[in-house]
Amino acid sequence: MYAFEFERPGSLDAAVKALQEEDAQALGGGQTLIPTLKQRLAMPSKLVSLKGIAELQGIAQEGDVLKVGGGSTHGAVARETKGIFAGLSLMASKIGDPAVRNRGTMGGSLANNDPAACYPAALMATRGTVVTNTREIAAEEYFQGLFTTALEEGEIITSIRFPLPEKSNYQKFEQPASRFPLVGVFVAKYGDRVGVGVTGASEDGVFAWKEAEEALAGNFAPEAVDDLWVSAEGMMSDLHGTAEYRAHLVKVMTKRAVAAAE
Amino acid sequence: MQTTLSINGTEHRLDLDTRVTLLDALRDHLGLCGSKKGCDHGQCGACTVLVGGRRINACLTLAVMHDGDEITTVEGLAEGADGGLSPLQRAFITHDGFQCGYCTPGQLCSATGMLGELAEGWPSHASADLDGNYELSQEELSERMSGNICRCSCYPGINAAIRDAAGAEGRK
Ligand SMILES: Cc1cc2nc3c(=O)[nH]c(=O)nc-3n(C[C@H](O)[C@H](O)[C@H](O)COP(=O)(O)OP(=O)(O)OC[C@H]3O[C@@H](n4cnc5c(N)ncnc54)[C@H](O)[C@@H]3O)c2cc1C
Ligand code: FES
Ligand code: FES
Repeated sequence: MYAFEFERPGSLDAAVKALQEEDAQALGGGQTLIPTLKQRLAMPSKLVSLKGIAELQGIAQEGDVLKVGGGSTHGAVARETKGIFAGLSLMASKIGDPAVRNRGTMGGSLANNDPAACYPAALMATRGTVVTNTREIAAEEYFQGLFTTALEEGEIITSIRFPLPEKSNYQKFEQPASRFPLVGVFVAKYGDRVGVGVTGASEDGVFAWKEAEEALAGNFAPEAVDDLWVSAEGMMSDLHGTAEYRAHLVKVMTKRAVAAAE
Repeated sequence: MQTTLSINGTEHRLDLDTRVTLLDALRDHLGLCGSKKGCDHGQCGACTVLVGGRRINACLTLAVMHDGDEITTVEGLAEGADGGLSPLQRAFITHDGFQCGYCTPGQLCSATGMLGELAEGWPSHASADLDGNYELSQEELSERMSGNICRCSCYPGINAAIRDAAGAEGRK
């Protein structure tokens, strides 16, 4: 690691101020950032820990929306959304392992926007909203490609808002060594629409599979996507799976998610 | 940076570089070498410790993030003034829950944290229902201990030991 200063502000205002310093960077659970620092792939002048900030905590249903504090750990999301939002709870309960889930946060995962991260698929499928210290950003504007988001320098994710679906599910085809998704598909069914968010597959990061969304809105059944075809063009290809394989998995995982939605 | 860590009930005031992980602080600055470094990247669980009773990977957290926190390491699991082993530790010996022993401190801390989660009624991905009363089936146990890898593959002994300590059947 390169040298950095460390600060743990007790309020959101203090954190925003601390992050105004040049090259200061927010630190959530550190489950991604600390390995990155160890590999010397980041060189912040200062780390601003968000762990002590009460405003970033709390998971609550507000009418037909679920609000998750940006500092909520994956473990808290898994436990506290069970019975409210089955698909999100399932997703959180399968991120990493229990020790990772006790530290890693939803804000950290969405800010990082790893092309194989799980939460982006849920945010995209629900067309949820990222709330920051300055504004609200709709899912489709928020994600801007691999490890890239609409967040400005020093902007903090304070909460995430998910419109609550009638039914939902997440299917993750695990890369067996890392347990990150090789392809993950989140399906959310609403009264008038269906959302399908796909992670791990595209070279541009998470995307909504719009053809499937339309087909499923008419008939929410696995067969509804039988005649659709996912192109391998623009899909990621690596030693774990070719572009064609990932494209194939998108459809398979979508069908499984629809079949399992509850 | 000045940091106070409460480790196994004793306060330690340290002046640390901000880059020192909790794991390195324990091993290199305090001589508590029970916690092991396997991967240093959050993947093996050898460095698992309890912070406020919750298991975390000490290699993926900075010591300065834990100013004022209560930390329990494998050295602190033995109970009582005589340092007698905890029921879980005794069960690991009874059931031969190790070969080389490198993963054992992490397994012990993780299982201690896991039994606490179970007592508090935390569900896992493998739980069929949500009544807060979870039996440690093989599936539950594998899921709940999935962060701790044993390179010697002593899982039958580890599982039996944890079940035994949990008061469940010591099935193998
Ligand atoms: C062994 C292992 C397995 C994993 N498996 C999975 C998996 O299966 N699926 C998956 O999705 N993820 C997985 N992860 C990643 C994990 O979910 C991380 O917790 C997450 O990606 C980052 O969250 P964090 O709170 O730890 O963020 P940090 O590592 O602290 O920060 C990550 C980035 O986000 C920024 N940031 C943090 N919080 C905020 C905020 N509130 N507002 C703005 N910016 C912020 C930081 O500046 C940094 O750039 C795994 C990690 C490990 C170590
Ligand atoms: S050394 Fe920390 S998880 Fe491997
Ligand atoms: S006993 Fe050798 S790694 Fe587990």
